[in-house]
Amino acid sequence: MAIKPRWDAIDADTERAVDARRDADDEALSKTTETLRSTKIAAANGGSSDASDLPANEKLGPDEEGVMTSITYQINDAGVRTKTVKRYKEHEVVKKVTPGMLERKTWEKFGDAKRYKPGDESMTAVSLEEIFLEKTRVQPKSELEKASDPLAAMASAQTSLLVCRTCGKKGDHWTSKCPYKDLANDGSKPPDEDGAFGARKPGGYVPPSMRAGATGTGASMDRRRDENSIRVSNLSEDTREQDLQELFRPFGPVTRIYVAINRDTGEARGFAFVNMVNREDGQRAIDKLDGYGYDNLILRVEWAAPREERR
Amino acid sequence: MRPILLKGHERPLTFIRYNREGDLLFTCAKDHHPTLWYGDTGERVGTYVGHNGAVWTCDVSDDSSTLLTGSADTTAKLWDAKTGECYFTFTFDQPVRAVALAHGGKRAAITTDPFMGVPSAIHIVEIDLEDRSRQTARVIRRIDGPQGRVTRVLWGPLNRTVITGGEDGIIRSWDAENGEVLKISQEHSKQIQHLSMSEDGSHFISASLDKTAKVFDSETLECMKTYSADRPVNAAILSPIRDHIVLGGGQDAMSVTTTSSKAGKFDSKIYHKIFEEEIGGIRGHFGPINALAFNPDGRSFTSGGEDGYVRIHPLDNSYFEIP
Repeated sequence: MAIKPRWDAIDADTERAVDARRDADDEALSKTTETLRSTKIAAANGGSSDASDLPANEKLGPDEEGVMTSITYQINDAGVRTKTVKRYKEHEVVKKVTPGMLERKTWEKFGDAKRYKPGDESMTAVSLEEIFLEKTRVQPKSELEKASDPLAAMASAQTSLLVCRTCGKKGDHWTSKCPYKDLANDGSKPPDEDGAFGARKPGGYVPPSMRAGATGTGASMDRRRDENSIRVSNLSEDTREQDLQELFRPFGPVTRIYVAINRDTGEARGFAFVNMVNREDGQRAIDKLDGYGYDNLILRVEWAAPREERR
Repeated sequence: MRPILLKGHERPLTFIRYNREGDLLFTCAKDHHPTLWYGDTGERVGTYVGHNGAVWTCDVSDDSSTLLTGSADTTAKLWDAKTGECYFTFTFDQPVRAVALAHGGKRAAITTDPFMGVPSAIHIVEIDLEDRSRQTARVIRRIDGPQGRVTRVLWGPLNRTVITGGEDGIIRSWDAENGEVLKISQEHSKQIQHLSMSEDGSHFISASLDKTAKVFDSETLECMKTYSADRPVNAAILSPIRDHIVLGGGQDAMSVTTTSSKAGKFDSKIYHKIFEEEIGGIRGHFGPINALAFNPDGRSFTSGGEDGYVRIHPLDNSYFEIP
């Protein structure tokens, strides 16, 4: 059994103007199909390659979320029976089209474009890259002022910063511009390498594996996923990670936020997991947020059951 | 959003114009062939072959039948938009910079650059859209312009005035009948790169190399809003449906090769029209943006860059969710 899931979202723009020629200004109705998931299942080799005994194609739905399901049976090029399950949503898009616009759609190519047949040109391409609107973060005024303050301080106290490393003169010139550069002793060692090479200086960096109390190997990163994990349920459908970040951040540092998303609809499924760095912070968050009214719903916040138990 | 890339021009873009319904998109570039595309799919319809120099600006009549282009080859040409045939040529002694058809399409303003000691000028000509055989080259009024180029020209309310912006950074409104300067606005300190009128004609937006875009009242030339950017602004447009503006620019072409595209600030920036706050940016070009135009339906806009690419940006829900 070979399952090949395929994700298509681009088909969405197969717009077709229905009833193209109308005299009055009219609205052309077009239907777009958003393919949510298309799964192809190839039957085991034993299946006969005779088209006549294929099961009939099925169309199901729409279900309560408006998702349609179509099941088609085919024999592919290799002679293998395949079953395609396609789950999709239909949207109706109304587009205003004037008679003038319809007429202009039939204009013949001219100039340099005449040499090409329709659809033959490679002049137009839809970007392969998804471009996002990058929103500008608005910094609060107070933060802006804070950010500019040290700079201002530096500017006023510039003389103390300006110390020449060659001659030691303060507030006169930079090291590279030192007039006594040539007079300085070239043979002197760089100041940092006076210690023995292998010896560790006090206060230097010690890798975690060599610190006192380390077991030798690093702790598994996976363990952290279950540590101090809080389950939040009864969330509204449009809750995003950012909302939870705002909710939990006041209690302490948060390591991970996971909002369960329904793959078909893209909406939240109503629960999420939040991991906190400190267990005490987590307990405080649970005490405060369990039963808290959020988005007209009453939150349920509790320690998540460990992975094994949940299975 | 996935922008549509149009790669039809071999040289930097200079100007982009939608027709009234937004289904046709006209682009001008320094290569000599203005190009027509379908505004929705980006399919190339044709090129207007006939100019012998960079084409600086164009304008299209309200019924989308006629295209007027102005070129550095000292001519302005009238084209049949559908067939790509040039049916009339206005010949001047200086390079043509800006062209604009008056409301109703019965007149056009054509500006010429200063050249060989002759100052810049604004020429008002008569256009006959109904009977093309009656078209003449007669200039009804020649207004001697200010020092330096006149880079953009707009028709004011009721065709009474002509609004120009130019190299000296001054926006002027001229009486279209007698050529007198009616109003002057010295809000910009550097060259004005672009002027774009609002849907209702009550105000317009300017883009300047002094790193700002400003909104002016089209009657009084009073500066109402200022949008400060961190780059020289080459184009600024007003959204026809929302209280937003889009501006684009980037460091000048001379210094592009010496900096990375990230430092060049080649993205289009969206600002709130009233609050003058920056909302966001859309990246894509790897050269400065020279031209911008909003689709009249307000759901997409098009940018043209020094890199020779035209990008149609369809605005998706993430944009319309912005308050």
